[in-house]
Amino acid sequence: MSKERLKNPPKKNLRKRIAAGWQVYLLLLLPLMYLIIFCYVPMGGLVLAFKDYTIADGIWGSAWVGFENFTTFFSSYKFPIVLRNTLTLAVYSLLVGFPIPIIFALLLNAFPKKRYGKVVQSITYIPHFISTVVMVGIIIQILNNRTGIYGNLYMLLTGQTAEDILAKGNLFKHIFVWSGVWQSTGYNAIIYIAALSSVDQSLHEAACIDGATRFQRLLYVDWPCIRPTAVIMLILAAGGIMNVSFEKALLMQNDLNIAYSEVISTYVYKVGLQKGIGDFSLSTAIGMFNSVINFILLMIVNAISKRLTNESIF
Amino acid sequence: MKKNRKKTGSSDFLFYCITGMIITFFFLIVLYPVIFVIAASFSSGDAVTAGKVFLWPVDFSLDGYQTVFHNSQVLTGFKNSFMYTFVGTVINVTLTMCAAYALTRIEVPGINKIMFLFTFTMFFGGGIIPNYILVRNLHLMNTMWAMVLPGAISAYNLIIARTFIQSNIPKELHEAAEMDGCGDIKFFLKIVLPLSGAVIAVLVLFYGVANWNSYFNAMLYLNDKDKYSLPIVLKQILISSQIDPSTVTDPELQMQIARIANVIKYSLIVVAMVPIAIIYPFIQKYFVKGVMIGSIKG
Repeated sequence: MSKERLKNPPKKNLRKRIAAGWQVYLLLLLPLMYLIIFCYVPMGGLVLAFKDYTIADGIWGSAWVGFENFTTFFSSYKFPIVLRNTLTLAVYSLLVGFPIPIIFALLLNAFPKKRYGKVVQSITYIPHFISTVVMVGIIIQILNNRTGIYGNLYMLLTGQTAEDILAKGNLFKHIFVWSGVWQSTGYNAIIYIAALSSVDQSLHEAACIDGATRFQRLLYVDWPCIRPTAVIMLILAAGGIMNVSFEKALLMQNDLNIAYSEVISTYVYKVGLQKGIGDFSLSTAIGMFNSVINFILLMIVNAISKRLTNESIF
Repeated sequence: MKKNRKKTGSSDFLFYCITGMIITFFFLIVLYPVIFVIAASFSSGDAVTAGKVFLWPVDFSLDGYQTVFHNSQVLTGFKNSFMYTFVGTVINVTLTMCAAYALTRIEVPGINKIMFLFTFTMFFGGGIIPNYILVRNLHLMNTMWAMVLPGAISAYNLIIARTFIQSNIPKELHEAAEMDGCGDIKFFLKIVLPLSGAVIAVLVLFYGVANWNSYFNAMLYLNDKDKYSLPIVLKQILISSQIDPSTVTDPELQMQIARIANVIKYSLIVVAMVPIAIIYPFIQKYFVKGVMIGSIKG
């Protein structure tokens, strides 16, 4: 304490500052209780991954097994399948889902009819509010090969009944990713549109005087202005890459596409809670593997970005 | 501006045309499925099954809606979801605002560390099983509390609220209040809350929509039919195609459920989207604002 007093002589000592802040701590009481009980206790529950859980012994009483649960997962025949599916969906979603909102925002911003742009913008983010269950319901209905939009248009154009694309496992990734684009492009574009609205107009005027076309101004004025935002969004997206939209994958699964639609997080759920006797320990281990990979990825992308562009979230 | 456009006219004109086409194309792609769903929900079962619906209802009929509103499952789901959303959102917003204000008081020892503990939960968590065991051990299974307590504070929304308070309520105001003997709690209730209307609206929106749409927690923690929330019921009918005829109270409709199964689904999709469609015009302004406050921190 004395050291601190030497460093900041005018400040009151620690005990007094704590006492003066009692009302702040009181306000934090419930939020902190929530944080400890519902966030950090479950994190402590991760020790399950290193144990052989039995209900009778509870989390702490069960026997330690070291990394056995992890090796069980890595050596199971399911491991390469779920890993491949997870990475396919994650990388595909990122490659498509990341640039499209940026392009959309840039074009919308460059379009001279502002009123029309506003209307388009406020309509295109409505799908964001549709819940996953309803969204999957819509996908199943409109892609139906007999009664949906897909079936109807196919019939109209070719006169034949379309084949059932929902039953084809290898098409699952396209349906999954592009329905995601349909649902979230408008929402994800908001942040870029907001950034674009604060671009300094004198830059545009200067570029006009130098004879730049609108397309050149988009490339050399607009885009550099929103690049920092884009980098941050990329870091966050890369950090969440293994969290393939879990509910959606689970809800879109059927017996015919399961070989392509089983991702790590849905597998965690099935191992732990869906089969007759859930294997809590194995499930926790698989989930932990997922979170750790995610966290490491976030750190790596963050570090790279810090080095290259000076943008980072930590 | 007008002069500029004339000068660089021809190449820009082409660019504007292409831009307009792309935007409009995307606009229609987003809009068309919604129009189709609405049209199909007002059509007859036979027209939908035969694939005759494109833009307008064919053989206008309200059978789908009648079945939906005579279905006790759906009505119970609606009632429960309203309750879970209301109670949940009240808890969410109260706790988040308390924490957000307290966490702006960084002069108080330990506040920065607590902030870090909250932020960390954005990137790492226990996962499904430890949460499930926790809820079971707290005896919350099959109660409303299992729906509203886990996830009571989202770190992302907390950061939005904290950033808002930091940038909208000047430090001098707090200092002046302190001089006059106003404590933190009184300051929070009398000054911060009344000035935070905009961010509270954003929080109500974000939490409200998340609670209303919440599916996975409901699936894990609720196993009593009377406790089911709307998304669980929707899942059974829309995705698993299970509609229990005994839950439809009108005997005439019971007979034709199989024939109008598709129309029922379309009607149900529309009904499920109605609450959002109703509040959407009111919240739209705040929604964009909320995303922007969030991004400042980013």
